[in-house]
Amino acid sequence: MAGGTRRVVTGAHYGLRDWIAQRITAVVLVLFLLVVLVSVLAHGGLDYASWSAVFAPQPMKLLTELAFLALYFHAWVGVRDIWMDYVKPVGVRLALHVGTILWLLYCMAWSVQILWSV
Amino acid sequence: MSANPIRPAPRPQIRNIHIADLLRYRLPVPGVVSILHRVSGLGLFLMLPLLLWLFDLSLASERSYDRLVAWCDNLIVRLVLAGLGWALLHHLCAGIRFLLMDLHLGTERAAATRSAWAVFAVSLPLALLVALFLLGAI
Repeated sequence: MAGGTRRVVTGAHYGLRDWIAQRITAVVLVLFLLVVLVSVLAHGGLDYASWSAVFAPQPMKLLTELAFLALYFHAWVGVRDIWMDYVKPVGVRLALHVGTILWLLYCMAWSVQILWSV
Repeated sequence: MSANPIRPAPRPQIRNIHIADLLRYRLPVPGVVSILHRVSGLGLFLMLPLLLWLFDLSLASERSYDRLVAWCDNLIVRLVLAGLGWALLHHLCAGIRFLLMDLHLGTERAAATRSAWAVFAVSLPLALLVALFLLGAI
């Protein structure tokens, strides 16, 4: 047998889901940014009354939390790529991955608490 | 192991440049856009606690909102926010460029160089506006 035919070709596809998720979440975030910009302009100003009125309606709370979830997933894929590119020792990399996940889960709970206390 | 009668010519070895070569290496403009996309993304991630805390202050109550405004009187806070403004604008503009390239738009070398310059042409003036606003100049 000629060399090379036994090359293991596993896993060329496994990053596709994260790759596409990062792009979808990016589009979600751009659209959400536009929604916030428009509603801030519609509420006329950046004083406390108008700013908190933007996030007071329940649908906007849900939309904002959805955008936060998109942000956290987007950040997870991007930051994980950075750890994978620059951090070679397996133990350190694992610790960073776990730390990043825990931190983003914490942010998830925190943003729910922020939004539903308005 | 069966012997391979065909000996391929030695292939050129492609290696990463050494870290000491980084400063001498002239990165093309699309490369600068790309690495700054990464730097700005990491920066935004690391500053997430600050951003969420500011968001919390801005919404929790009228009093916390006033506390936030007073806190933003600090020059260092303003400079950090201006930096984050740049990071967001660069990440946004470069990200839109990457999304378009994923759709196979502007992947030729000349077009890619032009769009890389366009990212700076849009993000830097906007970041300057944000900085001037934060520093009270406008």
